[in-house]
Amino acid sequence: MSAVTKTPLPKLSGPWMRSRPTLLIVFTVITVILTVIGLLMALFYAGQDITQGEVQRIFYLHVSAFAGASMALGVSVIASVLYLWKRDPKWDRLSIPCVEVGFALALMNLITGMVWARPIWNTWWTWDPRLTSSAIMILTYAAYFMLRAGIENPETRRRLTSVYAILAYITVIVTFVIIRIRPDTIHPAVIGPSPQNAEGGFELSSSMLAAMSFNMVVWSVFIPWVLIWWRLRIEVLSEYVNVLRAKVAEQ
Amino acid sequence: MKTPFLAAAMAIFRKDALAESRSRELIGAMGLFALLDVLIFSFALELNREARIEAVSGVLWVTIIFASILGLNRSMAMERDQGNLDVLLLAPLPRSAIFTGKLLGNFLFTLLVGMAVAFVITILFNVPLFSEWLLMVLVMGTAGFTIVGTLLAAMTAQTRARETLLPIVMLPLAVPLLLAAVRGTTYILSEAAQGEWLPWLSILAVLDIIYLVLGIILFEFVVEE
Amino acid sequence: MPLIETEDLTKSFGYVPVIKRLTLKIERGECVALLGANGSGKSTLLRMLSSLSKATGGVIRIGGWELPREATSIRAQIGMVAHKPLLYENLTAAENLQFFGRLYHLDPVKNKIRADILLEQVGLARRANDLVRTFSRGMQQRLSIVRALLHDPDILLLDEPHTGLDQRGVMLLNELIMAARAEGRTILMATHEFNHAALLATRILILERGSMILDRPAADLDSAQLAAIFAEQVSA
Repeated sequence: MSAVTKTPLPKLSGPWMRSRPTLLIVFTVITVILTVIGLLMALFYAGQDITQGEVQRIFYLHVSAFAGASMALGVSVIASVLYLWKRDPKWDRLSIPCVEVGFALALMNLITGMVWARPIWNTWWTWDPRLTSSAIMILTYAAYFMLRAGIENPETRRRLTSVYAILAYITVIVTFVIIRIRPDTIHPAVIGPSPQNAEGGFELSSSMLAAMSFNMVVWSVFIPWVLIWWRLRIEVLSEYVNVLRAKVAEQ
Repeated sequence: MKTPFLAAAMAIFRKDALAESRSRELIGAMGLFALLDVLIFSFALELNREARIEAVSGVLWVTIIFASILGLNRSMAMERDQGNLDVLLLAPLPRSAIFTGKLLGNFLFTLLVGMAVAFVITILFNVPLFSEWLLMVLVMGTAGFTIVGTLLAAMTAQTRARETLLPIVMLPLAVPLLLAAVRGTTYILSEAAQGEWLPWLSILAVLDIIYLVLGIILFEFVVEE
Repeated sequence: MPLIETEDLTKSFGYVPVIKRLTLKIERGECVALLGANGSGKSTLLRMLSSLSKATGGVIRIGGWELPREATSIRAQIGMVAHKPLLYENLTAAENLQFFGRLYHLDPVKNKIRADILLEQVGLARRANDLVRTFSRGMQQRLSIVRALLHDPDILLLDEPHTGLDQRGVMLLNELIMAARAEGRTILMATHEFNHAALLATRILILERGSMILDRPAADLDSAQLAAIFAEQVSA
């Protein structure tokens, strides 16, 4: 038996990987419905903010997207640790979709934040510590993709990107805590007390709180989860094709 | 027969220091680059003796971080070209000792260059950069950069793009350190109350410790094949 | 119990297999020549045995210790000569050896004496205090053999040690290998020169695309036969 035939093929069974992933499709439909409900709640159910008006509603997505990003990226850290520990490529395969989804949600967080800042702070962008650190966080994960693309040997690639995914999460933590340790930020804290100089903070009424919690759950659990599984499916399938190709090449 | 951690780390450090004292390759390149960097900044920003303190501390730290990237790339390239990392990996010593040994060397060389930059800035812009607290910031900031850099340089040395990739992967991770170091330096220079700048120094210290712990743990995974 | 033992040892880079389920036993005191074309997996095998490279699958046991779990204990028993000289160019020969002594936690005084004796044996005693960068390729190669022997290892792993050596260097090296054999060291030497293999080894292995295709005592074969077998096997 040759070494290639020994290379374990990724499993193509289970509810996620079979050719018609019924369960995954069901979850996707549920997630789409929940997302729409969340949007409707944010737009119509939640009470209007007195000082900021309608533009405040973007916060329901802005905050939830960051929660989703930190969740997805957090899973990438867990997957990376498991990869370095167990050396099973499946953990690395899980890490890629997590970083990609986390990256996309972080971008969404940044863009919605800019849209909100235009009327409230009167500028698209300011070099506020929170904004700076979330931009840095996005660049860190952009560097992750560069690193991944720059290593040819798959084993080395898995090992080094796992190490980098662990390190990169420090920027997520910094982004999260920075408005709590840096007094000179103008960014409001939605959860917990805002810094003194914060401009554009607001108190949540009960309907706003309901909309916020609902969107939070949708964006930090359902959406990343469904996206990660679809992306993971692609990753496993392309791995499968690679193994088959190597087998054909050997014969 | 296992070589103790400290003995191994010190052996590697002494080897690097001896080789450097002979060739002065790293310090020479980093020092010259740093000097040019300061000059370019002072033309570009039209810094003069009344230069804003914020600008000066920014110039100091940007210069140090770029010089450290230059040095780290060179230091790793020297180990790699000769295949010498293998020598260290073949010896019966803990991987973390290799990291610590390389780190001590990189730290010392970068710190020397950083001090030289601080000295030049003191003369050019009449900013008193030599006080015990500022030296403390200098030591902690440089330590942070070299900890992250030593780990990442060992990583990028195994990639295709090598020298180009180090700044890309290192700068984002060094920014939190850079922020804390710049703010600390600025506040101390503008003679703000201790309550203003001490938090920055504590942040710097905490980040240094986090990176050091992660570096010691993760280096093992970076160098194995 | 064999000193070096592998079971179903496998190594692949990505999906490209380099070593395929290799099972090998080497007894204490054997001097094994590992022959094979370029890319047959000789270097990879040596790098795995020296703990520099991790196996994809299978088991490696050396002196009863298992890789990679007890790598540190194994590393202390192994002296390796690789393709590259693995020396520091900006240090002198003596400083290089002093540094390696520290890495292996050897007594500094005894290490100095041993280094001097070994340098004398390879004809480098007079150049001990010159920078390694001024050495020729052959001299660097000789020095790297001293480095491999410095900590008195039980096992020598030599990866094409004859490359870059002149006639005198080759003779010196062969004498050193003979001496190491006489001292009871176990030697595994990758080479593609049949003459050296037939002259030095007690046992001959031929590796072909990651599999062992020949394993025989050297006494059965001389270099001409070896070359014939090699040509036949590789073309088949």
